[in-house]
Amino acid sequence: MAEPLLAIRGISKSFGSVAANVDISFEVAPGEILGLIGPNGAGKSSLFNIIAGSIVPDRGEILFAGRRISGIGAVACARLGIGRTFQVVRSFDSMTVLENVMVGAFLHARRSAAAMRAAGEVIAFCGLAGRQDVPAHRLSPPDKRRLEIARALATRPRLLLLDEMLTGLTPTEAREGMQLVRDLRAQGITIIMVEHVMEVLLPLIDRAIVLDLGRKLLEGRPAEIVRHPDVIRAYLGDRYVA
Amino acid sequence: MSATLIAQVAIGGLLMGLVYAVVAAGLSLIFGLMDVVNFAHGALLMVAMYATLLIHRATGIDPLLQLPLVAALLFGAGVAIYRGLIARTLSVRVNAGMVQIFVTFGLSIFLVGAAEFLFGSDFQSINTSLLGGHSLAFGAIVLPLPLVASGIVALFVFLGLALLSRTEFGQALEATREDHEAVALIGIDRDRVFGIGWGIGTASVGIAGVMLANFYYIAPDVGTNFALIAYVTVALGGFGSIFGALVAGLMIGLVEALTALFIDPALKQIGIFMIYLAVLMIRPRGLFGQI
Amino acid sequence: MAGAARGTLTMRRRREILLGAAILVFLALLPLGVGNVYLRGLIVLTLLYAGLAQAWNILGGYCGQISLGHALYFGIGAYTSTLLLTRLGVSPLFGMFAGGVLSGGAAFLVGLPCFRLSGHYYVIATLVIGMMVALLAANWDFINAAQGITIPFHQESWTDLAFRTAILPFHYVMLAYAALIWLIAWLIEGSRWGFFWRAVKDDVAAARSLGISIYPSKLAAAAISGAATGIGGVLYAHYIGFIDPDSTLDLSLSVLIALPAVVGGIGTLWGPLLGAAVLIPVQQLSVAWLGSAAGGIDLMVYGALIMALALARPEGLVSFFQGRAREEAADHG
Ligand SMILES: Nc1ncnc2c1ncn2[C@@H]1O[C@H](COP(=O)(O)OP(=O)(O)OP(=O)(O)O)[C@@H](O)[C@H]1O
Ligand SMILES: [Mg+2]
Repeated sequence: MAEPLLAIRGISKSFGSVAANVDISFEVAPGEILGLIGPNGAGKSSLFNIIAGSIVPDRGEILFAGRRISGIGAVACARLGIGRTFQVVRSFDSMTVLENVMVGAFLHARRSAAAMRAAGEVIAFCGLAGRQDVPAHRLSPPDKRRLEIARALATRPRLLLLDEMLTGLTPTEAREGMQLVRDLRAQGITIIMVEHVMEVLLPLIDRAIVLDLGRKLLEGRPAEIVRHPDVIRAYLGDRYVA
Repeated sequence: MSATLIAQVAIGGLLMGLVYAVVAAGLSLIFGLMDVVNFAHGALLMVAMYATLLIHRATGIDPLLQLPLVAALLFGAGVAIYRGLIARTLSVRVNAGMVQIFVTFGLSIFLVGAAEFLFGSDFQSINTSLLGGHSLAFGAIVLPLPLVASGIVALFVFLGLALLSRTEFGQALEATREDHEAVALIGIDRDRVFGIGWGIGTASVGIAGVMLANFYYIAPDVGTNFALIAYVTVALGGFGSIFGALVAGLMIGLVEALTALFIDPALKQIGIFMIYLAVLMIRPRGLFGQI
Repeated sequence: MAGAARGTLTMRRRREILLGAAILVFLALLPLGVGNVYLRGLIVLTLLYAGLAQAWNILGGYCGQISLGHALYFGIGAYTSTLLLTRLGVSPLFGMFAGGVLSGGAAFLVGLPCFRLSGHYYVIATLVIGMMVALLAANWDFINAAQGITIPFHQESWTDLAFRTAILPFHYVMLAYAALIWLIAWLIEGSRWGFFWRAVKDDVAAARSLGISIYPSKLAAAAISGAATGIGGVLYAHYIGFIDPDSTLDLSLSVLIALPAVVGGIGTLWGPLLGAAVLIPVQQLSVAWLGSAAGGIDLMVYGALIMALALARPEGLVSFFQGRAREEAADHG
């Protein structure tokens, strides 16, 4: 693997008696799309929060482009180039779509004209061009997901963390979402995606990490993952393992 | 300054603290249940005091015996406020908290104005009552009987609130507090629970009002000061925590009395405020707050 | 989509500034049509509160930090300039500057501990700090404690902001104040800070994920809001000619400052102005007409109005106008 963009080394995190993440290590190469899969409560979102800086891990360290980022906080992580979406969508509901995305664009833009221009481009890229003056709270669920991505994209991230962006979408919407992810990669953005429905994820990703009960179950190419007995067991239960 | 004097002032402060705690408990109950700060709480205390005064004048029933009556009256008022005002704010999507603050604030202004209109702004008081004029002596420590009685009644209120949590309604209250939406699925009528919660909260302040009417002046704006102390008490104890209200009430009563004794009666609230700010710097959610 | 294209941000902001200018011209000409001295005084007060409520709105509305302690900044402004003038003979024109700086600084200092608190804890803490200072001021002999300070009248003068009977000069002073604070709010709405503050108000976690530091954002909003409130306090002191802790530092004033913004529409450009235009005249006129006849009725009217408006228009009076604009856009779209 080339010099990794992100290196996770021995990350552990517990909430009270719940071990959300146990000794997780892996690396992400620049330009890669990595899938993070696992059943409910596997610790996917927890790990996302740690990478994005909003949770401090109990143990372990994270290097982003060679810099240690564990413990520096969400704000600093965002400024270094880590963008994210949330599993439960968070939009700025008193603002329009354009204004939401401008907030992100203001990370680099000083003046509002520049922010507006940058936001407009990102909005078009994410397929929200017709809706830029709609109040965020009026958007449909899939459009809200697009809004979150557009907003994160406006900060010009090098790494984008997408938490269950395809969940709850119709097949058509999901296909559009997947196209958007491919377009993002074409822009040179490295992506980590969380999803627990494997079928939608596998055609999209270069590599997958499977988490279960806080631990890394395994890591590999999509084709290897689906055949692995541990994965089948974790997802379907013991009786399906031949 | 003699030790007896200090002890007497301290005990008096703690007793007053129990009254503060009851006022605060009503506020905290409502807050804990539905996240609404009732800015008409002081005005409701005032209403209870005037009700006691009027009933006393009209029928001669002693304030102490009026407790159940005024408590019931205020319970009804609480339910009515919930139904008439608060329930309508729950569907507000933006700034609901702000709207609730100002609806109850408008109610407070209205009630104070009504009292002023009906009874004038002169101070009034109940001069003849069972408790009035008597005091209890424990050795050299002498305490006014109405204050001691208030403290005892306050303890009963807290006992009642503690027992409430064991009842079926108490459980429904707890369930509703934890998840407003989900309770509907297990057959709890959220609206009813909220209404009764408001009833109990204002009945508590009603009981405090009756006891205060025994020895405190009665005027349209008498509630302002008590409400202010109640907000501080609730924030100090932790929003939503009844036990926190009790502990914080006692602390505040004590600190207030001792500040008045050792520093200056005019500055007695400064002591409270300082304690409050100091605690909040260390525990941003108050002594026992979770939310 | 014609409606959407017309409704872009740039267009909206241009419309706002044009409407603002039109209202400014109207208000500047208003005294010509109002001869009654009492009514002129009422307009002056309304303008003052339009400015104060907008000042509060900068922190409470845009940044979402509900302060019930803004009387503190008002009082600091009022006392600073009054003391400078009466003790040192310094012109209120400088007093305005000094009062603004001190009250902005005070708001910053209050924010340092208070912005570590969330939700209702923050509200109560601002209320307590405000009350504490009011209590201390009422017992502090250096500033005449509870007796207050009278600003003696020597001669008509713009540098002393002293005018014998004419309310007219103060009409323009307060109009300039209200217009200035409105303009500041308008600039903030379009600026980087304004966007950050609104993001902080709407969703802290999402704001952080976009690289916005929460604490400094709140402190900046508080300082600007406090300074703007303090300048209002300075103007009030010289308008009335007398200040005491009760009229410049009390909790009820904190509420009066916040109320027009809430009733008019919190976090909006026009809300504070609209709210003040409705609330202040109702309050003053009900005192004048009803208060003397039967004490208390004025409060009942005022209280009932607040309840009615909060319930009927929880999103503020501005929603009357927004509603119509939205429907129009829908018709064209
Ligand atoms: N902030 C938190 N506070 C307390 N517990 C948490 C927190 N975040 C996660 N947990 C706990 O850690 C465990 C892992 O949760 P996490 O949200 O990471 O799972 P997940 O893999 O994202 O699941 P899902 O697919 O349901 O989103 C769960 O038991 C959860 O309750
Ligand atoms: Mg998750």
